[in-house]
Amino acid sequence: MRIQRRLATPHWLLVAVPAGSLLAAFVATAIVLLVAGKDPLAIYARLFDRAFIAPGALTNTLVTATPTLLTGLAAAAAFRMKLWNIGAEGQLYLGAVGASGVGLALRDQSGPVIIAGMILGGLILGAAWAIIPGLLKAYFNTNEIITSLMLNYVAGLLLTYLILDSRSFWRDLTSFSARAFPQGKVLPDGASWPTFDVGVMVVPFGFVLGLLAAGLLWSLYGSTIFGFQARILGDSPSAARYSGVKTRRVVVLMMALSGALAGLGGASEIGDFRHVLDPRGLQQVGLGYAGIVVAALARYNPFSVVVVAFLLGGLANAGYSLQGPGFPAGLVGVLQGMILFFALGGELLLHNRISLTLSLSPQGRGLGRGASTP
Amino acid sequence: MRSITKRFPGVLANDSVDFDALHGEVHALLGENGAGKSTLASILTGLYRPDSGEIAIDGKSVEFHSPRDATAAGVSMVHQHFRLAASLTVADNIVLGHSATPWLRTNPTTIQSQVAELAKRYRMPVRPDARVWQLSVGEQQRVEILKALYRGARILILDEPTSLLTPQEADDLFETLRRMTAEGRTIVLVSHKLDELMSVSDRVTVLRAGKLIGTVNTDESSPRELARMMIGRDLDTSPLGGEVGAKRRVGATESGIALELKDVSADDDLGLQALHRISLTVHEGAVFGVAGVAGNGQRELAEAISGARPRTNGDVLVKGRHLRSGATEDAIVRGVAHVPEDRLGTGVSPSLSIAENLILKSHRQAPMSTRGVLRHDRIRRNALDLIKRFAIAAPGPDTPTRLLSGGNVQKVVLARELSSNPAVIVAANPTRGLDVGATEAVRALLLEAARNGVGILLISEDLDEILLLADRIAVIYEGRIMGVVPRSTADVQHLGLLMAGSSA
Repeated sequence: MRIQRRLATPHWLLVAVPAGSLLAAFVATAIVLLVAGKDPLAIYARLFDRAFIAPGALTNTLVTATPTLLTGLAAAAAFRMKLWNIGAEGQLYLGAVGASGVGLALRDQSGPVIIAGMILGGLILGAAWAIIPGLLKAYFNTNEIITSLMLNYVAGLLLTYLILDSRSFWRDLTSFSARAFPQGKVLPDGASWPTFDVGVMVVPFGFVLGLLAAGLLWSLYGSTIFGFQARILGDSPSAARYSGVKTRRVVVLMMALSGALAGLGGASEIGDFRHVLDPRGLQQVGLGYAGIVVAALARYNPFSVVVVAFLLGGLANAGYSLQGPGFPAGLVGVLQGMILFFALGGELLLHNRISLTLSLSPQGRGLGRGASTP
Repeated sequence: MRSITKRFPGVLANDSVDFDALHGEVHALLGENGAGKSTLASILTGLYRPDSGEIAIDGKSVEFHSPRDATAAGVSMVHQHFRLAASLTVADNIVLGHSATPWLRTNPTTIQSQVAELAKRYRMPVRPDARVWQLSVGEQQRVEILKALYRGARILILDEPTSLLTPQEADDLFETLRRMTAEGRTIVLVSHKLDELMSVSDRVTVLRAGKLIGTVNTDESSPRELARMMIGRDLDTSPLGGEVGAKRRVGATESGIALELKDVSADDDLGLQALHRISLTVHEGAVFGVAGVAGNGQRELAEAISGARPRTNGDVLVKGRHLRSGATEDAIVRGVAHVPEDRLGTGVSPSLSIAENLILKSHRQAPMSTRGVLRHDRIRRNALDLIKRFAIAAPGPDTPTRLLSGGNVQKVVLARELSSNPAVIVAANPTRGLDVGATEAVRALLLEAARNGVGILLISEDLDEILLLADRIAVIYEGRIMGVVPRSTADVQHLGLLMAGSSA
């Protein structure tokens, strides 16, 4: 077997390989199910039904997809220029802190004012948190993977501190239940983000913001000076310096943008769904890390991020609602793992040509040239 | 080697090529870039396996599955870029990976004395206990050759062996080669320097576009004939660029000053001083050549001017105006064009399209962008225009630049730099690795720019190129300018000595 690097990737492969990876993941999981004595087809049918078809399924899927759409965009923005911001998790927490703080502070204002304030609060705190590893990378050449990852833990501890270990502005100190166990203040009604009815779906405001952000990100990279410079820097740092790109500025700004998107995810968690700063609830799901998976599967394309977040959201949502006897609890996790595994394996096919050579004859003439192995 | 065929995705690198070399001969392999020389050499050393064809050594058919097989059969290669471990000693490098090397170095002195003896036999002075990083390029090459001899190489392939050597070092190398062929060893010399092949080889095999054009006895041939075989047509000029040279303008020194360096110092990447108070003046419409062996501060000099590297001392003036230290954008705005040495990693952003690379420097200003937004229509028109004007061979403006050949990548760089109306062009090894046709095109473009009044600082390791193009010639050695001479009084021997650091 020989592996050769492709000079150019044909366009059809860009679609065929991810689709093939998805199929392979389902087949592999089916084998696991068969071994466990389940009927894979029946289970897949139920899964699909609960994700996209049953009444209310699409709405629930959008709810699950919203935060990973935003963290996925955050990761895609940075990863596209080879800036490895692993800190969407922490930036999302900070976004939630910012949005809930503003929501509480503006409780006497009208709805639109509160919501606009919350969005800004989420964007700014998320960006500020991401700027820390950005500055460290730009000025001290530290590895942003490590610093942004470590800051996730700091952000998690900060959440815990604000609600459990201090008498902070976010903590509810008056209500009866809060005396039994510490909890955050519930936001005023005006701080609840609107929803939009589209056919049978109820679309959360955060998802709409995500769609908007995807479009903006796409045109930012494709059509602006800043995006162009980010692409040069991601492709060849020495070419960027050579052409007079202020590389530090681009790194810091891109980190800020990435963090702002993750922060928006945190704001949406508060405004769309939770309406309270809940340290344990936010930390349980790993929304930031899920965003990295989404971005990787979407190959950092903002519009693909929308699709992938939606599909994975459907899967997660179906798994959640089907939980119980008769449905294998770990199935969705296994399936997600398989999808990621095969998608990353598919990258090899995308960038390399694999040919099987049967060398029985002394000349070793190639047989089945171009035949690929999964 | 008989009817060797090797196919890569999209190219037929070798198309049933026959090649034979006799005992005790220097057999040159000549061809343009992409003619298939390196592929053939790699097949012979077991790096690639041919799709079809046969290799026989001393009449016995062999099949190489890896370079190790080839070494065992007595075939070794000295690559253009050496493959030595810089922190190990010469002796260690020579025995590294050899099957007879003991796991524990119980007795390093035996190896060292073996190596010393080998070095003496072939008159290649090199200290076995020296660390490789302490050696000059010429000495490192000797280590590579010794390594091959130590492994019992009977067939030695040398890939562009003189590209990094001074004229004197090259002469020494040829002397060593003669000594080896006298023992019946076979030398395969991969090169595209015609003069060198004429003086050292017994036979020449010419490849073009993967096909065998022919094998001739060197003393029955001429540079002109070989050049014709290599490029498939008569060169306009022989030797290279004679006509180009004739187009030169004389007396350019009387015009204004385009670029002036005053006591410029700068550090290298490790923070060691690489440039020592360099002063030079480039006049408008003149070509100022900086000759020197690789690694004597050429890259630092180019970068100190283009702003990619901060200066630690001194001034750079473009048309009398001071350039900020370490500010690329300032240099670009003041009209400093830079053709960098590393064209694919620095001169262009390889994955970006040709159109995008053509606006690498001008994307900030109108007309290529307005209010922060790129104007795709104008960028595309600019690309189509420049592709046509500079005869860049490419499928279209959206092709990723890394897919182009070296010559066309360089044309992209030149198209961008020359179309920016520069006051001065700093060109570092602008034709290195390019084939004859592309070399000629690049040189013609530089000279045309000079005719239009642009000052050109040509930094090149190719002394012939400097002699051909420059009005005045300086030699750089260990970050110092050893002397400046007008071309009319330049003498190769003298320049060679200066390049080797002797101030005589």
